[in-house]
Amino acid sequence: MTGSSRVADDRSTHDDLVLQIRSLSVALPAWADRSLAVKEVSLTIGKGETLCVVGESGSGKSVMARAILRLLPGPHVRIVGGQVLLEGEDVAQADARRMRQIRSGRIAMVFQEPMVALNPLMTVGRQIEEILEVHTDLSRAARRRRVVATFEDVRLPDPERIFGAYPHELSGGQRQRVMIAMSLVLEPKLIIADEPTTALDVTTEAQILTLLKELQQRHGTALLFITHNFGVVAEIADRVAVMRHGEVVEYGDADEVLIRPKHPYTRSLIDAVPSLVPRKRVSEPEKAPAEPILTVRGLEKTYGGRTTSLQWLARLVPRLSRGSRGAVHAINHIDLDIIRGSAVALVGESGSGKSTLARCLIGLERADAGSVTVAGTEIVGLNRRAWRPLRSRIQMVFQDPFASLNPRTKVGDIIARGAILQGEGASAAMAQAHKLLELVGLEARAAERYPNEFSGGQRQRIGIARALAVKPDILIADEPVSALDVSVQKQVLDLLDDLRRRFGLTMLFITHDLRVAAHVCEEIVVLKNGRIVERGATADIFADPQHDYTRTLLASVPGRDWQIQLGGKTPIVAK
Amino acid sequence: MTKPFWVRFVGNPRVAFGLIWLALVVISALAAPLIAPPDPFAIIGRPFAQPFGAFSLGTDSLGRSVWSGLVHGARTTLLIAVVATLGAVVFGGLVGAISGFYGGRTDDILMRVTEFFQTIPSFIFAILLVAILSPSATSVVVAIATVSWPPIARIVRGEVMGLRSREFVQAAITLGESDPAILFRQILPNALSPLIVTGSLLVATAILTETALSFLGLGAPNLMSWGFMVGAGRSFLRDAWWLVAIPGIAILLTVLSINLVGEGLNDALNPRLRTP
Repeated sequence: MTGSSRVADDRSTHDDLVLQIRSLSVALPAWADRSLAVKEVSLTIGKGETLCVVGESGSGKSVMARAILRLLPGPHVRIVGGQVLLEGEDVAQADARRMRQIRSGRIAMVFQEPMVALNPLMTVGRQIEEILEVHTDLSRAARRRRVVATFEDVRLPDPERIFGAYPHELSGGQRQRVMIAMSLVLEPKLIIADEPTTALDVTTEAQILTLLKELQQRHGTALLFITHNFGVVAEIADRVAVMRHGEVVEYGDADEVLIRPKHPYTRSLIDAVPSLVPRKRVSEPEKAPAEPILTVRGLEKTYGGRTTSLQWLARLVPRLSRGSRGAVHAINHIDLDIIRGSAVALVGESGSGKSTLARCLIGLERADAGSVTVAGTEIVGLNRRAWRPLRSRIQMVFQDPFASLNPRTKVGDIIARGAILQGEGASAAMAQAHKLLELVGLEARAAERYPNEFSGGQRQRIGIARALAVKPDILIADEPVSALDVSVQKQVLDLLDDLRRRFGLTMLFITHDLRVAAHVCEEIVVLKNGRIVERGATADIFADPQHDYTRTLLASVPGRDWQIQLGGKTPIVAK
Repeated sequence: MTKPFWVRFVGNPRVAFGLIWLALVVISALAAPLIAPPDPFAIIGRPFAQPFGAFSLGTDSLGRSVWSGLVHGARTTLLIAVVATLGAVVFGGLVGAISGFYGGRTDDILMRVTEFFQTIPSFIFAILLVAILSPSATSVVVAIATVSWPPIARIVRGEVMGLRSREFVQAAITLGESDPAILFRQILPNALSPLIVTGSLLVATAILTETALSFLGLGAPNLMSWGFMVGAGRSFLRDAWWLVAIPGIAILLTVLSINLVGEGLNDALNPRLRTP
């Protein structure tokens, strides 16, 4: 649940205000699609308080956060008006030297991708120690003690060992803890966290959020938390500011905004969060007996562990093999039957083998052992030529709509290509491409344009049209909405669901997000470390998870309590 | 929005200078028989005539027109350089594309072969090739192409390796596209920018190699070229400076222009350097 219920604007004293932003405006370059990235934004954060700034991509939330630290990509993006008062001092006017002092000691920032934010060639301990070296006059031993103590503070296991570790030797969650330690080490008044959990697994995300809350209570630090995820807001925020097109459209206490949103945009964002209410099995009278269209038996896939020509060298010079890992068992003896016409979600965290499984099923990856039959045809061990007739049975929608369309090919050609390869005439294939574009909610005219003219959601629709062009029986969707904004996510999910029903597709939906799984699939398969740990109807799994890991996953969904609280008000998705 | 490619490209003053000079060279090379005595080897007057006198740019030791040699030499030099570069780009591009696309053992073998060519000092290798093949326009082209394809192969290989794992290539595989189609329809169009830049800079190197070969008398016989003119004039450097200076300046300006245009292409095509 959300923490305290401080009231936003009736604080008479300004003593406990850490940050006060007064009608801050940030200009965008002349060629941008709007003139101001941030338009007259006014916000305050008090001591020990968490303010969540929520918005979709392009809302100006990150620019706003960077403006506070004056980390804007100048000279075109710059502050053009307003004040940023940090404990009464206007940061917007400070000179470069003053800014350095402020950045080090009084404000700290935690970035989204800890792997990029950390220097890969320095041990993490040294990177933090360096901050102390520059800003304090502690001795070397004292600095080290302080860093290790901070590592303990952020609950890093074995802090002495982590001190000497390089970023690549740590897990994603550990790296983010190191980043948080780095921001805490000088005990700043304000921490700005820009989507710090977006790149993390859901269980790790839950841990990091708990850690941030706990640290904040202990140190009384103010926290400005940028996110696009309303679940995260519900977990951590005291107060919420919703941003859209550079403006704050709603600003108030978390309980108020989350439960009784006033602005229609806030309401639409909250509605777009996939509900935790699981969908029930479709109770349509089943005509055909439930025969499996896809059968997986004893599938195995191992990465690495191959003898390479350099191994004899590694034996002579043991240092060489340091850091090289042994074989990774990506898929460990998986058995799975998918019934024709069903929608099955493969849920798991990164490294669980869900994507590898999908890639083996679609022939992008060769399984080491086992068998996969698609409507009776064995596919393991087929070469590319033998695969070709099967392409019209099984197709894939990819994760990143910005990478999955060839930027140099017109949309119409992208979609028509599959049908042409299956032997369709060029003009018939193009006519079908036009129909498909309309089917996925775009105009037929879009066929003449290039992918870069479309937004992420539109591109994903094009990706779906491409997969459907060969009239497949099975559609594998690999995290098809994880790269999209919340409001667009829902539209794409609904489109997939609708198309699936209309064409009687069998859908295998790969996701790390249980909510998304619950929204579109009647069945869930939970994967961990390449094994299936649980499988069952979505409703059953949500009501009564059998495996510990499933329980952890369910408990980690951010904003769970809030959604249950909201449950009565949101329409139940299941039919 | 950022400015369109052509505006960014031609708006760069260095590019504009390079383009104007190159246009002059290309036009005079094309129109050589019309704007100068049609046979550059024909004797048109007394030897060692000063430039800007009776014969526009003077005459050489045998009384041949320097102007005619210059424009006809531009023909030879440009033609050989461009054809050799095209050969190198096609061959190197193919090797690099196959190497990067298939990886594994194919990549190992092709790259070791490429390195073998890279380790031989290129100019000496070119001399050797021309000597073996006997001097002719074709053997000069072959020699220049042979020594200049390895860097192209390396660049294309790197690009292809990066693009091969992109999702749109995987999507093409799942649609059942054949390997050559994936390579030529999906991957190569996206790898063109660095290829164009390197290719254009390679023309400059090819011109230098060609002139150097001609200077040593290993160029195409019976074809006037800039290198040949410098080579033939070098014994009279103290008496008739223009015999060396005029073709020398032409070489300098042309190579400089190509480099400027190549750099400009790189700036205009490389999105990371794109200043709006």
